[in-house]
Amino acid sequence: MHEWALAEAVVAAASKVAEEQGLTRVSEVMIRVGELQQIEPEVFEFALSQLKSGRLEHAAFVTRSAKARLRCRACGRRWSFSREKLDADAAEAIHFVPEVAHSYIRCPRCGSPDFEFVEGRGVWLESVTGAR
Amino acid sequence: MTDPRVSVIADRLKEVRRVVAVSSGKGGVGKSLVASTLALTLAKKGCVAGLFDLDFTSPSTHMILGAAGQRPTEEKGVVPPVVHGLRYMSVVYYSGDLAAPLRGVDVSNALIELLCITRWGKLDWLVLDMPPGIGDATLDLLRLVPSLEFLIVTTPSLLAFETVRKLAGMLRQLGRPVVGVVENMKMRPSSWVQDQVRMLGLKYLGEIPYDPDVEESVGDVDKLMRTVFARKVGELALRF
Repeated sequence: MHEWALAEAVVAAASKVAEEQGLTRVSEVMIRVGELQQIEPEVFEFALSQLKSGRLEHAAFVTRSAKARLRCRACGRRWSFSREKLDADAAEAIHFVPEVAHSYIRCPRCGSPDFEFVEGRGVWLESVTGAR
Repeated sequence: MTDPRVSVIADRLKEVRRVVAVSSGKGGVGKSLVASTLALTLAKKGCVAGLFDLDFTSPSTHMILGAAGQRPTEEKGVVPPVVHGLRYMSVVYYSGDLAAPLRGVDVSNALIELLCITRWGKLDWLVLDMPPGIGDATLDLLRLVPSLEFLIVTTPSLLAFETVRKLAGMLRQLGRPVVGVVENMKMRPSSWVQDQVRMLGLKYLGEIPYDPDVEESVGDVDKLMRTVFARKVGELALRF
């Protein structure tokens, strides 16, 4: 239920955005979920449904997944994250703290641990829409 | 796009009475030992204390504590295990024995992630073992934890103290509280550091003599707490 903590963060952030924008009734919250974090969608969406209240009570939370793409800073190689290539412990560790991917993953071309997450790292709030 | 994680950090720490970052300008001055021993001392005195190792690329408090076997549990986030009476969190629970080669942006992201998901609960003290210098972890904590206090560790070295001067100057400019400065690994009598600390307008918490027994006690908390080092840390803990 680590997803619960992230869902709390999304609800808190969306509430803040709604307040800043003067929205009294939020209709839709768009969320981007990066593949690297391997969020369980059902758990995440259940948590969101349980946590929404106030001006978010009637909001639809729409999650879009983003492929995790990595780029080696040493040789420039770009590649996609593949959970299947990791053992279960490594995959779970990356689920909790995506940055520890640097401990488990190497550039497939040069073997460097010095890579960046071009996209698809974690959870982002894309937009909050509703009525004033 | 908005990073939602920062929105819950204040809530995660709302039941923590004091958050103290054990910091230094340079590495090798004994921050991790001071932070670990301070947290253990506070717990022994009956406080509910936590220790969070924020030196992600070179964590060592797990070795000092001999923390093996326990792991964080999942409960609407992660709940730190209790290690020798401390609620304890470290990135080693996720990176294991492997190197964690992280650039600044990764350090920042890992810190925000762990602050977002870790449920410390009610604590009297949360002691942070900081990485050396004024880097990403320090800057993020200044941004995200308004109640943060600093305890600065130095050695009698001119080189170490020069970096303390810079750290203290920045904290003064930002109006952030420094509970005091600890002079660690003192090998000969001198009031130089004490005088310098007072000239900076900071509290000199005390000196800790170089104690060769400390190295022998790494991984053995009972032995560590019997050292002169631990006794001195206990004395200075009464001064802030």
